[in-house]
Amino acid sequence: MTTVSSYRPNTGRTVELLLLVLVTGIIMLAYANVGLAQTGALPTDMVTYAAGLLGIGLAFHIALRWRAKYADPLLLPIALLLNGLGLVMIHRIDFENTYEGVQAPRQLVWSALSVVFAIVVLVVLRDHRRLRRYTYTFMVGGVVLLLLPLLPFIGDPHYGSRIWIKLGPFSFQPGEIAKILLAVFFAGYLVQKRDVLSLVGRRFLGFPLPRMRDLGPILVAWAFSLAVLVFEKDLGSSLLFFGLFVAMLYVATERVSWIAIGLLMFVGGAYVAWLLFPHLQQRVQLWLDPFATGINQVSMGLMGMASGGLFGTGLGSGHPEITPFAKSDYIVASLAEELGLFGLFAILLMFVLIVERGLRTAIGVRDGFGKLLAAGLAFSVALQVFVVAGGITRVIPLTGLTTPFMSAGGSSLIANWTVIALLLRISDQARRPLAEVDEEEQAAAGAAATQVVKLR
Amino acid sequence: MSELTLTVLRLGLLALLWFFVISVVGVLRGDLYGTRLTSRASRKERGRGRAWRSAAPAPAPAAAGNGNGAGGVGGSGAGAAAAGGAAAAGAAGGSTGNTPPQGMRRLGRGNRNAPTKLVVTEGSLRGTSLNLRPGTQVLIGRNPECTLILEDDFASGRHARIVYDDGQWTIEDLGSTNGTYLDDFRLTAPAPLEPDSRLRIGRTVLEPRK
Repeated sequence: MTTVSSYRPNTGRTVELLLLVLVTGIIMLAYANVGLAQTGALPTDMVTYAAGLLGIGLAFHIALRWRAKYADPLLLPIALLLNGLGLVMIHRIDFENTYEGVQAPRQLVWSALSVVFAIVVLVVLRDHRRLRRYTYTFMVGGVVLLLLPLLPFIGDPHYGSRIWIKLGPFSFQPGEIAKILLAVFFAGYLVQKRDVLSLVGRRFLGFPLPRMRDLGPILVAWAFSLAVLVFEKDLGSSLLFFGLFVAMLYVATERVSWIAIGLLMFVGGAYVAWLLFPHLQQRVQLWLDPFATGINQVSMGLMGMASGGLFGTGLGSGHPEITPFAKSDYIVASLAEELGLFGLFAILLMFVLIVERGLRTAIGVRDGFGKLLAAGLAFSVALQVFVVAGGITRVIPLTGLTTPFMSAGGSSLIANWTVIALLLRISDQARRPLAEVDEEEQAAAGAAATQVVKLR
Repeated sequence: MSELTLTVLRLGLLALLWFFVISVVGVLRGDLYGTRLTSRASRKERGRGRAWRSAAPAPAPAAAGNGNGAGGVGGSGAGAAAAGGAAAAGAAGGSTGNTPPQGMRRLGRGNRNAPTKLVVTEGSLRGTSLNLRPGTQVLIGRNPECTLILEDDFASGRHARIVYDDGQWTIEDLGSTNGTYLDDFRLTAPAPLEPDSRLRIGRTVLEPRK
């Protein structure tokens, strides 16, 4: 005889608190390490920073206890640790006089703002299903944000890519935020249309093909990501959007044919782009043979990581600053140089754990929209890390994407902390027992003579 | 700063990073949620004081059909969780001083004629029972999100649901392909679920009992 019952999950909030303390300790150790190696003395502001870090972690923790009791206990500590390690690395490169100037204080302010923004999102958005009402609003918002850098005056081209906008003293990458808006749109759209996309169609050579008219959305997404690639010259973002759409289409329909079609279309588009744009050909050339053309970013990154070896040179003792963009695009290489292969793999594992928690949330949550949204957000983090780390380690051609939580840059931090807030919100929904009856209330009801029937 | 201090710091940082990763993975191992199938025999061995407290994740009983990893999150099975154990503990122990089980029993006594559990008598899940708790609903079908996940080729994804309404359980067919039969009549509209009736879904037969 067996009985079907359900786990009443441990909320895990205490575990989260302990992990937050551990995270503060690790970041402060890294900070002390940088100070000792660079100046020979412990940084004087360590206590202030430790208190600030712990304070912000505690604020988030309390917000979770207050508004999302059952939310996943692991996402917050992992994200905070990644953010802190990135900050320490940026601070460490600030010691060297690179042409990028000192960036750590600004990054610190952006981190604090992002965490506060994530708390606001978590508190204001009581139920992620509300987002579904604005499916098409999010689409318009995402597309507008993506196209903003193409506008005259506010568009701000850098390094051959038009992905920045400039508003007064602030420059911003709207594509990072567009990623979230489009993930919400894809989730809302696909949850409506998935039956049509997965059931109707003919078989061709034993391979199920969708109807031509159902191919519409994927064609639009493809054309759009190609347009981003052509006009903004941003291979990374275009890969991210198209990959996100294909992955969510697959999650929604469970049909491998969509992945095959998507990959074919991407390969075709990328080939045409390769033929058209000289800077793409240059990237591919660097990927195939980085040491052929003398000193360049890819080979410098590789040499840096090689000099780090297994255990790294130690924070503050290497020379990651030699590589261009050591604080933003190439922060993974900087960390690999100073923390070694072991450190890099610990960091990559933390990303894996974030993605795992996101996908687990997607499996656990009950509504289709939440499932798709959580899976899409988790996949976008995974794809982004893959594109960045793959580009640096020469698995794929290098494209300019930011490493979530670590790269210097405010827009990326805001976007990724918002992803964490959304995942926390959905995981709260996923882990909450549906008919949640407080046991103490039960005990009280049992003790009293009256009968309490709780109707939801 | 001496080389030794820096080396110790460097290796200490790496060790701490890995300690963090490993402790996170350790938390993951104990973090199970969703529905599970508990064998009644093994539950008695573990003692009834423990049984209703399904929060204890450590001795995770191997979930048969709907693996806990697959996360067939029981819509209202969540409610059945506490109640399931509660009824068992209450029945076996009488007044053992465990107030929550008593409270649960009080809740379940809303209507004397209402069934309190659903027992599978035929089909691949034969022998499985599901506690019906007032204020919840039970979704039956092949979809992993259902409370009772049938491994029955003749059942639809979301086949039928049982809702509690005003002291009474009602069965409702959710537009299934092969239909839901209550005492050999195909359901066309929601019908009240009386104890000792026969409910057939595909090849599975369910009996509501008091």
